[in-house]
Amino acid sequence: MSRISIAVNKALSDSPLGSAVLKSCDLSTNKRNEVIAELDDFEETRKQAREVRQFAIDNLESLIDLFTKNFEAAGGKVHQAADERDACGIVLELLKRRNARKGIKSKSMVAEEIGLGEALEHAGIDAIESDLGEFIVQLAGEPPSHITAPALHRSRQSIGKLLSAKLKFPYTDDPAKLTKEARGHLRKRFLTADFGIAGANFFVAESGHLVMVENEGNGRMGFTTPPLFISITGIEKAVGALPDLSPMLRLLARSSTGQRFTTYTSLIRPTRPGEDGPGEMHVILVDNGRREAIADPDLREMMLCIRCGACLNICPVYKSVGGHAYKSVYPGPMGAIWSNIVGTPTAESAELPDLSTLCGACKDVCPISIDIPRMLLELRGRRPKGAIESSAAATWKWTMSSPERYETAGKIARTAGMLLPNGLPGGWLSGGGSSYREDAPDQGEEPANE
Amino acid sequence: MVAGWSGRVDPLKVQLFIPCLVDQAAPATAHATQQILERLGHEVHFDRRQTCCGQALFNSGFRLEARILAERFVQIFSEAEAIVSPSGSCVSMVVHHYSEIGLVGNLRDDCERLKSKVFELSQFLSMNLPFPSGFSSFPHSVVYHPSCHLNRDLGVKTEPLDLLSQIDGIRLVSNDLPVECCGFGGAFSAKYGKLSQRIADRRAEALEATGAEFVTGGDDSCLGHIRQSLRRIGSPMRVIHYSRILAG
Ligand code: SF4
Repeated sequence: MSRISIAVNKALSDSPLGSAVLKSCDLSTNKRNEVIAELDDFEETRKQAREVRQFAIDNLESLIDLFTKNFEAAGGKVHQAADERDACGIVLELLKRRNARKGIKSKSMVAEEIGLGEALEHAGIDAIESDLGEFIVQLAGEPPSHITAPALHRSRQSIGKLLSAKLKFPYTDDPAKLTKEARGHLRKRFLTADFGIAGANFFVAESGHLVMVENEGNGRMGFTTPPLFISITGIEKAVGALPDLSPMLRLLARSSTGQRFTTYTSLIRPTRPGEDGPGEMHVILVDNGRREAIADPDLREMMLCIRCGACLNICPVYKSVGGHAYKSVYPGPMGAIWSNIVGTPTAESAELPDLSTLCGACKDVCPISIDIPRMLLELRGRRPKGAIESSAAATWKWTMSSPERYETAGKIARTAGMLLPNGLPGGWLSGGGSSYREDAPDQGEEPANE
Repeated sequence: MVAGWSGRVDPLKVQLFIPCLVDQAAPATAHATQQILERLGHEVHFDRRQTCCGQALFNSGFRLEARILAERFVQIFSEAEAIVSPSGSCVSMVVHHYSEIGLVGNLRDDCERLKSKVFELSQFLSMNLPFPSGFSSFPHSVVYHPSCHLNRDLGVKTEPLDLLSQIDGIRLVSNDLPVECCGFGGAFSAKYGKLSQRIADRRAEALEATGAEFVTGGDDSCLGHIRQSLRRIGSPMRVIHYSRILAG
């Protein structure tokens, strides 16, 4: 059994996890459906959003250049990181230059992707997660299980237990009280941090803005309080100009949490000396396999993703097992593809596209209408095949290439199905039944009228 | 309604496309399909050379092997006037994936022509509406499960319900049932058996909660998966392909 199968089965036997995941996913999907239904121009907006993303990916290098020019003209610095090591190296170097040792980090899947947390820890740098969900998983010593709701796999009670034990206050599972306790703890840290690190949802080429959406307001602490701010994001997050943000922002929160708009939407530019804000601002644009995906006609479409998480929430597989079962930073339908694009894809990530029923709910719900099932099938085609499945496939092909062999095989399979106590393994072909032919008796399991 | 068609169709020579899974495990669906088409005046043929459309291989990532079966399919069916199948997922394979499978030369051209002649049964039958009165009766309550490939890939959303509403005595129940996968997924159900069952059980519970006597749908593979799950959760609910309700 593969590590993924083991993780899937483990998740299935963890019923508190199962119900927490199912509840959160359904809640988000239902709220998403409600607020999407309010938009009478949803399909039109969706088309625009896709065009904005398509334009960005089709013109990515020039948008990156333009953004770099504008961001740097405003006093910031843009770095390009080829891969994970490169990206972590740049962060560590920037911190070293300022002798920064204590910081706050927030909301960045790219930071997870490049293993920044470990790199900082290794260098003895203390970076606390400021996003409540990420703070919870950081305290628990586990990775996020969802791209926008990192602690989605935990019930209110388990969060209550964890926080009260770690932060030393009497147990409660009241979300408002828990948030207050965590905030009290975090705020102290915000005020003494020497650096802030955060992700970005978009960067705007023509204006040189970074865009960050969030609900807690802790993310903006990262670029308002400390003297040094580092934004770390994927090269694909470009948009052309400010008006392009309109369809993106209209759809992002709606698709993600079912909110009409996130509580905080920040447009960030470097500050000039004397202005309020960090004196030093950097952006690290991470490639880590993205340029290669853009050059790959069959996977390029994945780069249009805005990481809203809607495809996770609606996925029958994700809903049943949660994110950790995918054994990858990016879980769910989008994750099965992303995991084979960024970093160094492994034999394990190659298996992820199989962890799907190909039901197509992801494509339906995606605000950018990304054809996820098509790419899952593409990756299934590319995956190196094992000896057993290859010979099964060859046998299937051989059998199905001849009507005579097919009929004989059908008879054998049906006989085997009748002999085995539970029918054929894995399938439902358990009973008898006869081959449909002119001479076959009309036989089925459920007579219409008895 | 299928693009390019309007009103009732004239009698056609129809080639049955009976997917291997229906042929092997749900032959009653094939019989029902034939009966309905004949009662509506079509001339029905069944070419015994047909086996599997290649979907199982394609979905498992064996594209070259799948292509061999796709080539066979195109050769067998290329001359047909209309091809009708009681399976959304196999029709979707032919219509959506044959063009990605690497067919070349004449086969490719034949395939492009053939695609517009392949219909899922309800697509084809809805061009025959209204049915003659008293076509069949089914005095039961029925809930319709939209199977994913039929509903999402082929975009067949209302056709089976339109057809069923023509049947005397039937009570169609919906209770705002959300559209969700049954968890079958072909090879997925073998590779991730428990997970596939978990998804199916959730679906079976939702279907049962509608209180209907029967679940119906357009893909025997999904219906079989749901049937197994209903039994597992001890539900008396019965499962039937919509073609068998239409055939009476
Ligand atoms: S693939 Fe689509 S639905 Fe999934 S995270 Fe990306 S944008 Fe959202």
